[in-house]
Amino acid sequence: MDAVAQAHREHWGRIVATLIRVTGDWTLAEDCAQDALAVALERWPRDGVPANPGGWLMTVARHRALDALRRAAVEQRKLREAAMDEPGPHQDLLSLIFTCCHPALALESRVALTLRTVAGVSTADIARAFLVGEGAMTRRITRAKSKIAQAGIPYRVPEGDALGERLPGVLAVLYLLFNRGYDGEPLIADEAIRLARTLAALMPGESEVSSLLALFLLQHSRRDARRDERGELVTLDRQDRTRWDRAAIAEALDILLRTPIEGPYALQARIAACHVADDTDWRSIALWYDELARVQPTAVVKLNRAVAHGYAYGPHAGLILVGEIRGELGNYPMAIAVEADLRARAGDSELAAELFREAAAATPEGPERRALLARADETR
Amino acid sequence: MKYMMFVCSDPEPETDESRVPDIEVWVAENDAAGRRVTGNVLAPPSAATTVRVRGGETMLTDGPFTETKEVIVGFDILECADLDEAIAVAAAHPMAHEGRIELRPYAGL
Repeated sequence: MDAVAQAHREHWGRIVATLIRVTGDWTLAEDCAQDALAVALERWPRDGVPANPGGWLMTVARHRALDALRRAAVEQRKLREAAMDEPGPHQDLLSLIFTCCHPALALESRVALTLRTVAGVSTADIARAFLVGEGAMTRRITRAKSKIAQAGIPYRVPEGDALGERLPGVLAVLYLLFNRGYDGEPLIADEAIRLARTLAALMPGESEVSSLLALFLLQHSRRDARRDERGELVTLDRQDRTRWDRAAIAEALDILLRTPIEGPYALQARIAACHVADDTDWRSIALWYDELARVQPTAVVKLNRAVAHGYAYGPHAGLILVGEIRGELGNYPMAIAVEADLRARAGDSELAAELFREAAAATPEGPERRALLARADETR
Repeated sequence: MKYMMFVCSDPEPETDESRVPDIEVWVAENDAAGRRVTGNVLAPPSAATTVRVRGGETMLTDGPFTETKEVIVGFDILECADLDEAIAVAAAHPMAHEGRIELRPYAGL
């Protein structure tokens, strides 16, 4: 039933977050949320969808948790806590997100745990998206939960300086999720956007959260135009712009108007916004990349900066910047492809074709490799 | 919660000595706050003795002598509310800068 699926997506995280605080038991919390959905599947088609589906599910799940605690005969104190009314589901959900993304957990565990516990994605779907067996994924999530309990990872939102230190780690998990989804699993990209939206609503004062949401919306707006009918990659300049999601772009631009530039995601979102403008302003993009390379001097950022300078100021300007990072990037196929493209535009087609073939050889079989080989043939 | 803090040397220490905190200050502050239960510096691995009992027989080994530079040089036992507090205490220890620190909670069995 669609209403149940929708309620699952919208309310899972809040229900689980509250039950974890109340019971301190991650597995029990998830089981009770799952039970409540099963009851909804049975009753809603018969009795109609309740006016407040989230509240309905929370009440059923809470009763299940209380029953389970009673059966387990835990001490009265916990039962009294569990009986208390709604103490702040927003705070609970934030606590859950920060706990799942705690830096004492391995990055892959943070990603899996966030998808499972906050977003309510099934372990089987997570396993498929990350190309591991379901058993292995179940073990990864179980291990993460027991580390939280054994190591004493607190269930709360960090305050003061600690919040500033921890927030980038949470955003990095969402960013990794989005990228995973962007190239393969649309389900995962949708979850990343949903999580960013939730976080932006919960932390309206944090500009990097809003910027990350805008960045996701801008990237995702092009999803339908990124591949042709045969599934081959279509580069930005050749995409059918009528297939871009204009509503998502408008929402993102509106967010950016209201959001100060205070970190790397704000800069990346500005760059993405330049790319969806009617005329691409490469000089602005080059300037944003100069700034981004200053605050986040990673090899990939520097490579993109070289691309931007190549378009803004000519291929020779790009080649100078590529020359500076060639050592850092080694055999990274994207770096070779960027140099190939700049050489082609500088008129050195023979070297360009050779570099495109070199980049293709370093790329796994798939649409990316075929696109590089096509460029090699075109260039000659 | 109780955490065992293994203080270890590390082949890649902080190079800027001005950033390394003072151990006396660290001990005084955490003793005063009741977060440090006990702790000490250990004699080098050359003073270590390994004990094994197999088939009722006690076997002793001098050492172990390992080639590695990552050895336990000391320990502290912390009493903290949670891992975040223990991380903050560990990060303020000079050996988090000049070496590294491993935090292990008591298993609580």
